[in-house]
Amino acid sequence: MTSPFRILSLLALALGLGAAPLTALAQDGRPPRIDITVGVIEPMPIAIPVFVDEGGAGDYAAQLSRVVASDLVGTGFFAAIPQEAHIARITSFDGGVSYPDWRAINARVLITGAVSVAGDRITVKFRAFDVENGTQIEGAALQFAGTTAGWRRMAHKVADVVYSKITGEGGYFDSRVVFVSESGPKNARAKRLAVMDYDGANVQYLTDSSAIVLAPRFSPAGDRILYTSYESGFPRITLLDVGSLRRQSLEEQQGTMTFAPRFSPDGQTVVFSLERGGNSDIYTLSLASGRLTQLTNAPSIETAPSYSPDGSQIVFESDRSGTQQIYIMPASGGEGRRISGGEGRYSTPVWSPRGDLIAFTKQNAGRFHIGVMRTDGSEERLLTASFLDEGPTWAPNGRVIMFTRESAGAGGQASLWSVDISGRNLKQITTEGPASDPAWSPLLP
Amino acid sequence: MTLTPKALLLLSALALAACQNPDRYGAGGGAGGAGGAGGTGYVDTTGLGDPSDPRSIAYFNQTVGDKVHFALDQSTLSPEARTILTAQAGWLNQNAAYAIIIEGHADEKGTREYNLALGARRAAAVQQFLVSQGVAAGRMKTISYGKERPIEVCSDEACYSKNRRAVTVLSAGAGV
Repeated sequence: MTSPFRILSLLALALGLGAAPLTALAQDGRPPRIDITVGVIEPMPIAIPVFVDEGGAGDYAAQLSRVVASDLVGTGFFAAIPQEAHIARITSFDGGVSYPDWRAINARVLITGAVSVAGDRITVKFRAFDVENGTQIEGAALQFAGTTAGWRRMAHKVADVVYSKITGEGGYFDSRVVFVSESGPKNARAKRLAVMDYDGANVQYLTDSSAIVLAPRFSPAGDRILYTSYESGFPRITLLDVGSLRRQSLEEQQGTMTFAPRFSPDGQTVVFSLERGGNSDIYTLSLASGRLTQLTNAPSIETAPSYSPDGSQIVFESDRSGTQQIYIMPASGGEGRRISGGEGRYSTPVWSPRGDLIAFTKQNAGRFHIGVMRTDGSEERLLTASFLDEGPTWAPNGRVIMFTRESAGAGGQASLWSVDISGRNLKQITTEGPASDPAWSPLLP
Repeated sequence: MTLTPKALLLLSALALAACQNPDRYGAGGGAGGAGGAGGTGYVDTTGLGDPSDPRSIAYFNQTVGDKVHFALDQSTLSPEARTILTAQAGWLNQNAAYAIIIEGHADEKGTREYNLALGARRAAAVQQFLVSQGVAAGRMKTISYGKERPIEVCSDEACYSKNRRAVTVLSAGAGV
């Protein structure tokens, strides 16, 4: 199938984006640390002066430091000290740091950076300092080089390193989100696939809006996307190659509908729902051999399957009990054991990339919630509540969830939101227009 | 028949046609490729015919009734739905040239995947009933739109009950 769309280089930005450690300055003392698992956190004051222009940097210097600050402050764990309040000025990347000046404004962490641009090549260096102890934070000194088109990725990488050093968690800023961009009235919604940086920037469209598209999912390597499309006139799973934008539909069996696809952790298998004669069950399809395997066989609706990170189990929803509930079965199929036990209906389970939690949608008493529970169903926590929240997706570090929130009424619109698994930091992702069905990519290479 | 009611009927037929414009379902034509309909557009909006012609699609849509409704989360056919579908089957058996697409729909108060599956269940329930009434299975296809294509847009039960529906959509199929 030829694509009418321009070939976009999304993840191809990784090409030529090299990272190298910088020479560390003397270091000792205990680094600043945030435990993000505790309930209420006082944001850590952080100072991020405009990066030093080491040649041709132009606006990039200010833009980079702005995106680094935006990433870190956006987590809710950091508070950026306004640049106007800074006493010291960083005019040379390798010059000394006047710690007393940063202590005087209560900065706990200082991030300095430098940028140089030659042609379309950009080089970014940064260091993070423990102001209190007067030392450089170990491992938080790197240099990135790549094309200017990928400058935001370098800012995200800087922020990922700092976040990771201070929280002890993996980063997630250098990632993309595929989603459905929506337009038009509620009874004739036009939908098209799009990808963006995790923070809503750099939107690129992957399809036009000539056919309904639903629920895209990234492959583990981020190079392919599975989604459900009405392009053939009937809902059918489609596989999109992100680099070439070539599309192919899977599963051409007459009289069936295929939907709710997701990749296995090794990217070799698609797990999905296949409907025949009104009944939906879960199947896998081997992408290499084309072999179709039926995993469930029940007259109820079995859908929304999601693999455990080790690929050994599948969590899914079924209404076999009379209402939607969440079950886990071996990846080879079977009855499954129910894990959801509270009041209401549970659906769209998604296994955390850390393996420890299942995110889900819950409907109860006319409200929708995004929640998490342990894989045995215990310790259920509802993170949100609204007229309609659904479809959680995990950040690569398993600490943040993005989802769709739809407002009520004739003018109701979908938007993307994120929330920490602690329930903190609920916020809307800024998108150009209404948006739904986000799916987070893995951390980019 | 006086002129006025007829004009009104034509207007409502046009309104129906507008509602079912393939654009609403995307240029791919929703259930395009329906039977022998030529693959463009799931319903021939210019071919609904005169609603006073008992052999026309317009007559089927308005007089026989092209929709049945369902209770929350259900795909069971109510007695009222069975009455409508029995009439549909009678008409379809007498007008064998039309190709049939049965659309299943859900209200917005459900998750996307479940609603797709539920819409399919509803469409299949209608298909199975029509088959039991003698309509040839080979004339029919089903499609689920889940919650993607409500006809009513308010967020109250008054709208939800109309959106939980299966619609029997005809096109001039094989043999016409």
